This record gives sequence, structure tokens and C-alpha cells, in this order.
Amino acid sequence: MVMPIALERESAAPAPLKVLRERGQHEVFCGLTGIVWLHRKLQDAFFLVVGSRTCAHLIQSAAGVMIFAEPRFGTAILTERDLAGLADANEELDRVVTQLVSRRPEIKTLFLVGSCPSEVIKLDLGKAAERLSARLMPDVRVLNYSGSGIETTFTQGEDNALLSMVPFLPGTDARQLMVVGCLADVIEDQFRRMFNALGIGPVQFLPGRRASSLPAVGPGTDLLLAQPFNGATVRALVARGARVVAAPYPIGAEGTSAWLGAACKAWGVSDAHRDAVLSGPAERATRSLARHRAWLAGKSLFLLPDSQLEIPIARFLNRELGMELIEVGTPYLDRMMMEPELALLPEGITLSEGQDVERQLDRLRAARPDLTICGLGLANPLEADGFATKWSIELVFTPIHGYEQAADLADVCARPLRRRSQLTV
Amino acid sequence: MQLTIWTYEGPPHVGAMRIASSMRDVHFVLHAPQGDTYADLLFTMIERYDHRPPVTYTTFQARDLGGETAGLAKRAVAEAYTRFQPNLMLVGESCTAELLQDQPGTLGMTLGLPVPVVGLELNSFSKKENWGASETLYQMVRSVLSDRACVPAPAPRKTPLVNILGPTALGFRCRDDIVEVDRLLAQLGIEVNAVVPLGATVEDLRRLPDASFNIDLYPEVSRPTSQWLQRAFGMPYTQTVPIGMNATRDFVAEVAQLAGVDPRPVLGDEHPGVARLSASQSRAPWYARSVDSTYLTGKRVFIFGDATHALAAARIATETMGFEVVGLGTYSRERARDVRDAASRLGIEALVSDDYLEVEQAIGAAGPELVLGTQMERHIAKRLGIPCAVISTPMHVQDVPARYSPVMGFEGANVLFDSWVQPLMMGLEEHLLQMFRDDFEFHDDAPASHLPATGRPAANAERVADPADETVAAAQPPAAVSAPVAAAAEQAAKQEIAAGWTPEGERELRKIPFFVRGKAKRNTERFAAERGVSAITVETLYEAKAHFGR
Repeated sequence: MVMPIALERESAAPAPLKVLRERGQHEVFCGLTGIVWLHRKLQDAFFLVVGSRTCAHLIQSAAGVMIFAEPRFGTAILTERDLAGLADANEELDRVVTQLVSRRPEIKTLFLVGSCPSEVIKLDLGKAAERLSARLMPDVRVLNYSGSGIETTFTQGEDNALLSMVPFLPGTDARQLMVVGCLADVIEDQFRRMFNALGIGPVQFLPGRRASSLPAVGPGTDLLLAQPFNGATVRALVARGARVVAAPYPIGAEGTSAWLGAACKAWGVSDAHRDAVLSGPAERATRSLARHRAWLAGKSLFLLPDSQLEIPIARFLNRELGMELIEVGTPYLDRMMMEPELALLPEGITLSEGQDVERQLDRLRAARPDLTICGLGLANPLEADGFATKWSIELVFTPIHGYEQAADLADVCARPLRRRSQLTV
Repeated sequence: MQLTIWTYEGPPHVGAMRIASSMRDVHFVLHAPQGDTYADLLFTMIERYDHRPPVTYTTFQARDLGGETAGLAKRAVAEAYTRFQPNLMLVGESCTAELLQDQPGTLGMTLGLPVPVVGLELNSFSKKENWGASETLYQMVRSVLSDRACVPAPAPRKTPLVNILGPTALGFRCRDDIVEVDRLLAQLGIEVNAVVPLGATVEDLRRLPDASFNIDLYPEVSRPTSQWLQRAFGMPYTQTVPIGMNATRDFVAEVAQLAGVDPRPVLGDEHPGVARLSASQSRAPWYARSVDSTYLTGKRVFIFGDATHALAAARIATETMGFEVVGLGTYSRERARDVRDAASRLGIEALVSDDYLEVEQAIGAAGPELVLGTQMERHIAKRLGIPCAVISTPMHVQDVPARYSPVMGFEGANVLFDSWVQPLMMGLEEHLLQMFRDDFEFHDDAPASHLPATGRPAANAERVADPADETVAAAQPPAAVSAPVAAAAEQAAKQEIAAGWTPEGERELRKIPFFVRGKAKRNTERFAAERGVSAITVETLYEAKAHFGR
């Protein structure tokens, strides 16, 4: 379901972009992976996956976070007994949740996270969440969303998690700005300072650091989108009366200026004041890119689909660092979320949606890019084939948004090239 | 439903992937949703594979459900054959696909491909990774040898021929163990017919019955295959896994007997305790007998891992190192009986569990001075401030070292000696710490002097720089990192504060070095409780010390 939303347009619609749609093996994580960062961001929440041993193993392996002896996530592993009778499965789930809540009394919000097997056996976690919420409120609110691989890719897990919170956001008519998408705490703080200096406020972040103190939303709320993968959440917020401030994503100096600039425009900040606040940090960010430009300018880039951040990152590496784009892969293309970004992509590139990994690798080998951004399963094999790679998951788990992180993002991408030129083995 | 935080084993299809990835000319089509492709990174990252595992995933989506998925699976098998041209195809399902009941294995077999297609039933909702590996190996070998079942035993040869069964991709140190076992066999004049599945081809499977017996190197994976080869071809298999000095000697004797060769070329040089002779094979026995190692005597050790490595570790700990085994357990339920037997011989009760929290509790209760475990136990030990060495899967990238590092054979015995001793405090250092408690550099947070210091406050001798943790720390928002550290510090503090202790008693307790303080504290409290002493004084502390001995 796509809600019509008003997008602010500064320029005429760009020429329709050619999109290569493919269907084959998708070498992409499922939405459960989002738990890896969400469980750290939301300090009072617990994520309980209702799934199989595969789900537990996926999160453990993909995240490699065994450092956290007892993390704020876990898996209720379905066994043969649960498959035999759904009534029993519900009883079992109640038992596991009771066990969990008594063990972790600090939990204020419990997310029941659906998985492929729970979807296929049609275990109604929505109902279960209502039932358990009724029992555990006011101490614990139980929410539900799906992170299943049959319905979500990698970062859509965050979208679904935020979406499950939207019905519980209080209403407000007050004029406010809401930044949508999980950001590293350090970046949230940077943006807060920036909005303060610009005189924009009050500013809410979704998600905040606690799942139990939810920001309000309503007709006076302007949405500024920090992450490109929260389309369903944005549509639900729009249905609550909020309005999207269209902008490219705050990736790179240019992206951050455009993003903050769009907020200034929506809030009537004068150009003079905007420039007074932004020009210093913007100039510093641009300056910090220079030494990476030496490594990246003129080099060709191939991005395999992974996190939905491919398009903004490609735009940044192309426009601010002079890289040539061969192919930009994205798991799916949500035009509402990507419109301002697509307008900034150069002509003549291949934008591919979905994936047939074998065919895509055939194209990659034919094109011989100087740098490939891809998942962990492919990086070492491609390196062994002579391709410089950057694993894409690092772009999700590293603070890359905003002015101060623009050079960090460039550095992450330039490092494989620097390293190759340094090594003599 | 089972509440799980960390898992010791992956699902059975990951076991099947390990078999497929071990082989050189096998391709595995896995009927599975998007997301299950994560399993590729186990191979490419943990074991740094320079090629993709030979696995095609059908990656069906919700919109394919209700009819389309079976067709998708069939197409995937056909396309994978065309693209990869393997000599054998495995077709299996992950958990979700199992629920769809598309039976891709059967579909694959009806395609009329010119190579064997082996359909796997992996029972995702009741079985686990090692079972999946053993089942896959068994089905594959059976299928390849189905038409050889009646071939007579091979004619006697001058050089005995054996197969090595069990080493796999992502197995603990399998890469180097094969080399070590191969060396032993060569010294005995025994020729290796095939190593299966690691590095094997389908043709190697066909030749398995050419050998006169099998080395069942990793029973978790190879036992069902070894048993079937015995039934079908009358091939005996070995019972001893050559991990540790004594087990290696037993292994050599067993293999020599099965092959009808003289074990003396290998064992003849072995005179336990005589430095210059045993050094020709292994330094470990002499190192264990050298006076420097006396401080190892009676060290309390907790062992947990897969059955093969846990059993081996228990034997080494008692026979070679002189440790006291205070805990022994495994997550391999299939071999629970062996582990229970071994534990009862040691006078303890085995812990058979795949519940990480239960293991953590058991370690905390046992209060060991050294933990030999998996990556899970490494984290538990770290939290509890106990030194630890990793002896078994699940493992991390740092458990796949660049250097030659077997755990089997005579060199394996050297490697184990070093890696178990390394996390511990050295003998004389331990004494100095005890004598000069007031030295400002001997505070509780001071690490063993041969280990790098860190700023982190924890009573922990395992202060080795940990690349895995650094990666993770870098990958987390900054605020997240301090939380577990704070929790560990808090826990350490809690351990210190004890009810019933008089201030003098507690001061005296603190003079005991941290690595034995936990034990002293527990013993004293037990002593006090048993005698109804409500206030623990300095006297009580020394009474308890005298009562319990060391």
C-alpha cells in the first residue's frame, strides 16, 4: 500500500532512469539482522525472534557480537512440538516470554520478531503481542514485527520495527521536526547541536534511545529522513498527518548540506543564518575529503545490493570523490524514498534492483571495477580474484552520516585501495 | 520452544554446507529463503575462503509461496548444474523450506542430470549442524558406492592403504590435523587412499573401498559413514582420536595393528620423560615434566566443547598436565554417553547441554582456574576473569591461525601445551604476587607480565589483544561498548563483597592473589557454614585453609 505524499521538488523530474530488474539468488541478509544495531540503540528493549536455529545462528554469525555475554536479544527456537500444534506454540511463547521478563526486569519494550518459519506456519505474533501486552502492561509493552527473509531484506527489519511503534506514538499538533531512522548516538548528538544552532526545534528522533519514551507525531510534524530504508514507517507517519521534507540523505558534505538545507527551508530559516551555521562544518568536511579524493577520483565502482544505502553512497562517491559508477545495485527501489537521490545520479550507469548474484558477478568480472562494495560472503572470493572490495556491512555499522563523518566514509572506501598499493605480498 | 541466546551449533543445513564446501567437485542446492545466504560468510570470513562455497540458494520470497517455490527449486538445480558442472549434486532444504514440503531432492533427481543427485532430509526442527554434516557425508558416500556394495575386498598389497574420514571445512584445526596424521601414517609405512571429505573428489569416494580400513578421525561427522563402510565392505575403523601425547601413542598402536605393521618406527623413539629422545617426536612430555611446570599441578580446569575435543582435553588435562578436572561437558548430545563415562571416571558429573546460560552457571559454580572451551566459554571466562583457551568449535577467525597449528599428533601435543599454558600466570610470578601483595604494581588489575596490559579494570589474566572484539567494538555505537565492561566490573565488585566476613577477615582475604581468592573465599564460606560460624575472621580463614589444604 503506497500512500500519496507531497514531495517538495526543487527541479523538474529527472529523465526516467533505466532499471535492470533481476530475480535469482539474492545474496542479502534478512531483516532479522537489523536487531544487531537496534538492540544497542534502544537501551530498554529486548528483541525476541520467534524462529528456528537458523535465525539464531544468522544473528550470531552475521553480527559476530559474541562479546556481549547476554545481549538484549534472543531466539525462541521452534521445535517439532511447536509445529505440531499452534495452540501449544502460543502457550510455549507465553512461557518463554514470562521466563524472559522475570530474568530481565529492566526490559520495558519487548519486540516479538517474526521469522520465515513463524510466517509460514502462520503463528500470529500480532495477536500474541496483544495478549502478552494486556498481561504485562504497564511494566512491559509487547510489540511485534516481521524480520523474515521471505518478506524483508537486511535493513527493512528496522523499518518494520519502527513501523510497529508508530501506532503507539502519542498525537500532537505542535510544530516539530522528526528525524526518522536509527543513527549512531554520536551523530544524533551532532545533528541536535546543528538544529539548535539553526533555530529548528523541537526535534525528535525516531528511534530515540529508549523504546518506552516515544516521540509524538501529528499534522505539525515535519519528517526528515536519515535512512533510506524506512519507507513503510514514513508512510505510516504520513498517515498520522506528518509531512515529508524531501531531501537527499545526509551522506557526505553535499548530502548533509542539502538535508539540513531542506529542513531550513521548511522552517523558514534565512539563507544568511543557514550559511552562517553550515558553511564552516561543510567547508571542513569538504576539506577533509581531499586526501581520499587522491585515491578514489577516476576509479570505477561497482555496488552489490545490500543495505539500501547503495544509492546515497554511490552518489557521494561519484559527486564528491570523483568515482565512476559502473553498476549500483539495490535490493529494492522505493522511488518515494529515493527520488531526490536518483536526481543526483549521473546518466549512463546501470541501476539494478533485486539480484541474480551469478549474473551480477558475471557483469562485475567483465567490467573489472577498481572497487567493489559487497557483502561478507563475497568479499574474500572477489579479493582472491584480484578485485579490491569493501564489505558493505561496515557501512551500516560505522557512523557515516553527517559532516564530521564524511571523511570517515571516504576513508573506509579508500582504505582497500591504499592497502593494496602499500602491500608487496 | 527453547529460549536461546547463543547457539553452539548451526542448523543441519550448515553441516551439509560444510561437507559440500569440503569437496572439490560437489555442488549443493539449498532450498531456502533470502537471508539464509548468511552461511556463506562462515566460510569466507571465519576460514578466509578465497572462493565462494559451492552452494546455490533458491531464495524464495513470500510471493512465491503457494505453488511457485517447487518450480523455483527445480530451476535452481538445473541452472546450478549447467553453470558449475559438478560431479555430484546435493539438494536440501533449510528450516523454512522444510515446512513447504516441496521435496526439492526428489524434484532434483527427476531432472535426469548426468551426475548423481543426492536428496537430503535434514530435519531442521530437531537436529543440528554436526548431525547434518554426518548425515550428508553418509548419504553422499552411500549414494556414490551404491553399485559397489558387492565388490569383493581388494587384493592384499605391500603397502597398507587407509582412508581418513571426518575432517571438514570449518572443523577445528582440520586443515593441519590432516597433515599431522598423514605424517604419522607415512612413518608407519601406511599409504593414504583418500581423505574425505576435506579436499576430496567424488572419484575419491568411489575409491573408498580400495583401502583396508578407515581412520574415524572426527566421530561427530564420520562415525555413521565409518560404521556403514564396516557393514558394507567389512572395513574396520579406528576408535582412538590422536589428540594429546598418550592418545597419539594409542592411535599409532591401534593403526599399526589394523594395518599389520610395526609401530616401532614411531613409538620406538618415544621414552616418556627423557628429554632428548622424546624431543624427536614431541617436546610436550618433557615440558610437562620439567620443574617449571610444577605450578600446573592440581590447577582446577573446566572443559566444555564438542565431544571429541572435550574428551581429549580431559585426558590431556589429567595425564599430561597434572590438572584437576572440575567440570567436563559437551553440547554433542549424540555422544553424551562417552562424555558421561569420562566424567564419572573423574568423579564428577558431566554437563550435557546446549544452553549457554547453563554452562555459564556451571563454570561460575565450579570456580576453575582455567577454562578450556569454545568461543562461548571464552566469553564466559572473560566475564568471570578466568584464563581460557579455545579447544573446540564454535570458533572465531582467530581460531584459524596462519601458522601450522594442529591439535592432533605429536606436534598437536606441543601446540596444546603452549596454548593452554599461555593464558596462565607463570609459576614464580604467582609466588611473588603472593609474597608482595603491597607492591603497587601487583594490584588485582595487573595482568600476567607476559601478556599485554590494558586499561580495563578486571581481575583477568587473559589480556591478550583480541581482534574479534576490536572489530565488534568498532562496529558499535561508542556508548554501547562500555556497557558490558561496566557490567563485568560491577560483577567483579559484587564477588568481592561477602556477607558474614569481618572487616579483618575480608582484609586478609584480599591479600590472597585474585586467581585463587575465589576458591579461598568459597572454601572459607563453606567451612563457616558447615560449622555454623556467623562471623568470618582471620582465624576462620586459616582454619578453612588448613582444612581444605591447597
